[in-house]
Amino acid sequence: MPANITRINELNSSFFKDFIEIGKKIFSEDMLHSVESCVQCGCCTGSCPSSRRTAFRTRKLFREMLLGFRDSVLEGDDLWLCTTCYTCYERCPRGVKTTDIIRVLRNMAVSQGHMAEAHRMTASYVLRTGHGVPVSEEVQKLREELGLSSLPPTTHSYPEALRAVQEILKLTGFDRIVGFDWKTMELRGRK
Amino acid sequence: MKEYASFLGCIIPNRYPGIEASSTRILGHFDVELVQINGASCCPAPGVFSSFHLDSWLAIAARNIALGEMTGKDIITMCNGCYGSLTEASFLLKGNKELKEKINGILSKVGCEFKGTSKIKHVIEVFSEDIGVKKIQEAMNTSLEGVRACTHYGCHFLKPAEMKKHGSSERPRLLDEIVEASGARSVDYKDKTMCCGFGGGVRARNLDVTLDFTREKLNNIISARGDCIVDQCASCHLEFDRGQVEIKKIFGQEFRVPVLYFTQLIGLGLGMGQHELGLDFHSIPAKPLLDKLNGGRR
Repeated sequence: MPANITRINELNSSFFKDFIEIGKKIFSEDMLHSVESCVQCGCCTGSCPSSRRTAFRTRKLFREMLLGFRDSVLEGDDLWLCTTCYTCYERCPRGVKTTDIIRVLRNMAVSQGHMAEAHRMTASYVLRTGHGVPVSEEVQKLREELGLSSLPPTTHSYPEALRAVQEILKLTGFDRIVGFDWKTMELRGRK
Repeated sequence: MKEYASFLGCIIPNRYPGIEASSTRILGHFDVELVQINGASCCPAPGVFSSFHLDSWLAIAARNIALGEMTGKDIITMCNGCYGSLTEASFLLKGNKELKEKINGILSKVGCEFKGTSKIKHVIEVFSEDIGVKKIQEAMNTSLEGVRACTHYGCHFLKPAEMKKHGSSERPRLLDEIVEASGARSVDYKDKTMCCGFGGGVRARNLDVTLDFTREKLNNIISARGDCIVDQCASCHLEFDRGQVEIKKIFGQEFRVPVLYFTQLIGLGLGMGQHELGLDFHSIPAKPLLDKLNGGRR
C-alpha cells in the first residue's frame, strides 16, 4: 500500500476521548474541546517562531489529533518543538487554547514513556534538590561577594523543605513517571 | 514602606544572583522591602514541568504560593517563568473548587494549604504601579542619554493575556516606559515580542533550535543598532547572556550585546557600579555599554 494512504482502522478513535479524560483533571472541558473548532486556517503555524526553523506545524498536529493519529502525534519529536510562547494562543481566530492543548498532549506522551533523556535529567534535579537549576560552588562564592547568603533561603537551605517537595512528588507519582530511584538518588536505566 | 514576599525561583539565586542583590537594593531605595520566603523550591518552570505532568507542576506551584501566603504579604517574582507558574496555578485553583480540594489534600500531608489570599505580582509591576515612572525619573542621578536599549518582555509575563492582564501582548508598553524613565532610549526592532527560545523544554532537548531563536533576535537587535538588551525575565536573561557564548560555539557567529535585567539598568541610572549590580559576572561583558556612558555620546 502506498505510504500516503492510511487505513481507517489505523486511526484511533479513543485518542480524543483519552485526551479529554486526562486534560479535564486540570483544565475545563470547554477549553479542551476548543480544538474541535479548528478550521485549519494556519494562523498558528504562520505565527509560530518554531515553525520558521523546524518542521513543527501546529495546524498539522491538531489535524492529526482530531483524526486520531495517536502514534504520530505522541511519538513524534514535533510535539516537543513548541516553546510555549503562546503567540498562536493569542492569535487563533477560533479561540483554540493551543498551548494548553499541546501541554496535555505532552503529558499523554510522557505517560506512555516518551520522555527525552534530557528532560528526565531536568526533572531529576528537582527531585534531588528542589531546583530545576541548582546552585553551583562558583555561584555560591559569587553570592557571598554580592553580600548574599552563600545558599539561597530555598530548599537549598532547608532540608525539611526539600523533604516536603519530595513527599509531594511521591504523592503525585512524579518519581515513577520520571523513573527516579530514591535509593541511589539517580535516574533508573540511564542510557 | 511597602512589603512583599520575594519568591526567588532557580535561575536568579542560582545563576544570576546579581539580579537578586541589585533588585533588593534598588527596591529598598524606593522604600519597598522584601521579606524572604523560606524553603520555596523551583516554581516549577511552566512550559517544562507542566509538559511532563500537570498535576505535579500544580501541586509544587501551590506549595510555593502557600509558603508565600504564610508571610501575610503579596508575592513578587523576578522571573517570568515563576510569575507564569504561580499566576496560572493560582488562576486554576481559584477557578475550580474540586481541583483546589484535591491539591490541598496533597499539601495537607506536608502541612501547607493554598488559600488564594496573596496576590502574585511581577517585580516590574511594583516599579510601574507602586513606585511609578515619575519617581524613577526623578531618582536618576547618572545620565543614560544616548543608550539605545532593545527591550525583551518575555512570553510568560504577557500571555495568556486574558490571565495576565497587562494590555496588548502584541504591543506592550510597560518595560519600554521603565526603560525610558531611566533616561535610556527604547529602540524598536523587528519581531520585538518574539520568544527568546528558552521555554517549553526546547532548550534541554533541542539546544540548536533554542539558540536559533536567540540568534534571530540578536541579529534583529544588531540591525536596529541596539547597545544592549533589557529584559525582565531570568530565563530570557540566561538565554541571551549565556546563549551568545553557545551561539559562537555552535554557529560560529559572534555577538557582543550586553544583557541587562531592567533593575540593573535603573541601577546604572542611580550611579551604582557594575560590580554591585552583578554585571561583571555576566558571560557577555557590559564594557561597551559602560564605555559609551563614560565617553558621552558618540
